[in-house]
Amino acid sequence: MNSQAAVTPIIEMRNIRKHYGPVIALAGVSIKIYPGECHCLLGDNGAGKSTFIKAMSGVVKPTQGEIIVNGEQKFFNNPRDAMQAGIATVHQHLAMIPLMSVSRNFFLGNEPTKKIAGIQFYDRKYADRKTMEAMSKMGINLRGPDQAVGTLSGGERQTVAISRAVHFGAQVLILDEPTSALGVRQTSNVLATIDKVRNEGVAVVFITHNVRHALAVGDRFTVLNRGQTHGTAMRGDITPEDLQNLMAGGQELATLEGSLGGTV
Amino acid sequence: MNKSSAPFLCKDYRVDLMNNKISIPDERVKEMSAFRNSLIRPELGGIIGTIVVFIIFIFLASDSGMFSSQGVLNWSIVSAQFMIIAVGACLLMIAGEFDLSVGSMIGFAGMLIAIFGVTFGWPMWMAILLTFAICIAIGALNGFICIRTGLPSFIVTLAFLFILRGFTIFLPQTIERKTIIGGIREAAEGDWLGAVFGEKLFMGFFQYLGDLGIISVFSRGTRAGEPVVNGIPMLIVWALILVAFGHILLTKTRFGNWIFASGGDAEAARNSGVPVNKVKILMFMFTAFCATVFATCQVMEFGSAGADRGLLKEFEAIIAVVIGGALLTGGYGSVIGAALGALIFGVVQQGLFFAGVESSLFRVFLGLILLGAVILNTYIRRLITGER
Repeated sequence: MNSQAAVTPIIEMRNIRKHYGPVIALAGVSIKIYPGECHCLLGDNGAGKSTFIKAMSGVVKPTQGEIIVNGEQKFFNNPRDAMQAGIATVHQHLAMIPLMSVSRNFFLGNEPTKKIAGIQFYDRKYADRKTMEAMSKMGINLRGPDQAVGTLSGGERQTVAISRAVHFGAQVLILDEPTSALGVRQTSNVLATIDKVRNEGVAVVFITHNVRHALAVGDRFTVLNRGQTHGTAMRGDITPEDLQNLMAGGQELATLEGSLGGTV
Repeated sequence: MNKSSAPFLCKDYRVDLMNNKISIPDERVKEMSAFRNSLIRPELGGIIGTIVVFIIFIFLASDSGMFSSQGVLNWSIVSAQFMIIAVGACLLMIAGEFDLSVGSMIGFAGMLIAIFGVTFGWPMWMAILLTFAICIAIGALNGFICIRTGLPSFIVTLAFLFILRGFTIFLPQTIERKTIIGGIREAAEGDWLGAVFGEKLFMGFFQYLGDLGIISVFSRGTRAGEPVVNGIPMLIVWALILVAFGHILLTKTRFGNWIFASGGDAEAARNSGVPVNKVKILMFMFTAFCATVFATCQVMEFGSAGADRGLLKEFEAIIAVVIGGALLTGGYGSVIGAALGALIFGVVQQGLFFAGVESSLFRVFLGLILLGAVILNTYIRRLITGER
């Protein structure tokens, strides 16, 4: 704990409030995110998770509160500002085009070029090589760099999207429910990817409402409930039951425990 | 499961993850031979179709002069015409849009050249350049309306199909009291830009071949001794240049990547920073450019502009593109494929004529080829992209 406290957070959200007209979506949430850590953001539907990460990624402007990146206060007017500060979001619905090859998708919008006779050409060899490197680092076996993204499984697509964000310099990676639509094996692949990315020093913000997935990779856990947080717990300080109860707001789930075997 | 076992379960899971080698090859994906891989490409349908069509006509029409120098030139010109408009339609379709106004644009552009160059008596280069500017601007307007209103390009360009055809009939009738304006060849005599669209290349070389007796020459009349085919028309040169340009743009540049992405999933492309609107509008302009090239070559060859020129050309372009393996909904296709589609189209149309087949049967053949090609292409595309 002490060694952790010495490291400055890569991004700190202080007392974030967001009101949509009369609705209070966030009533003052603060978290600190450290490099090389997976910070799990848990919460039931309507808890304010989405609004919170939208504020972090520049999609919405908080009504009140401060965003501090590397010790400097920042104001994000749009997602591009956040991206320039090194904050990348991998959405549930990916920015991937199924009919295009993995390498063309990987470099979409950032295509490498080389000059031949004064004209800029797409440097396919470089793109293919880098894509294969990035993919094998993440443990995805491609038939070739020209394999279409449509032939990959949902988990593999998530992994491609994550490694793309990291390749283009993301320091904070926001993953919006990356495992919610995946099977067991694919989920474990995505969790393994999160682990690899974290070991490279990238901070991961992992949004989920599955306690098992969170506990499998998380270093810190913040539970949002009705726009508020009860603080952040370190790994090992909290049991799955506690997390579960926090997410449900301490209601109802206790009575289900007997028949469901403790976890949902 | 008791309470204390749950955290341990999670911990084990994590250890397992760290040791987990997920780079095991997927046993559900069959290894494919390099040969098979090199064959499976968007153009495959077009390549197979071209081979089949040539085999059929070598049997059907080899003794009819279809493969003499004159016959080859005949179907090459027709195919080149299809190619010019197919390149534009192909890139636009891959970018996810249609242009149904191509045929009307051809008639309109030809008529503008005639009005500027003959009726107004302006220099031909000025008439041609002005026509290009107007037509490309109309292409941009097509694209702008589609992007701004979010309407399907099918509807917007259908409107322009009628608007442009209407003007193509209205303008010469009001100005010249007729629907065909002639005298373009005379007006273009000695004009440098007119020559770029109407001249022939390698005439000396063809004369040389004729003198050697390799290609046939006229034996009587005023042109006795001259080869029957005395050069490569600029129309064919334009077709080859446009195909090469389109192919390189699509597969070898970053802009080509953006064309695929804009048609594949516009929203995802925008999220990745692709200027989708710009790409689409530029492709509308390029399609208009191709239609104008077609029109200029045509009026230079015929020496006149008619109000009915280019009728149904938009569909012929789309058919050639689809035979060539492009996906009607965008995001997938190949310029080489579209060029082969145009070649198939031209060879079948002229080949049936050479073979002496009743000309109305051309439509039956065309329909069958279209159906067969689309079924084959759908199968090939599924192999490549894993669509279900």
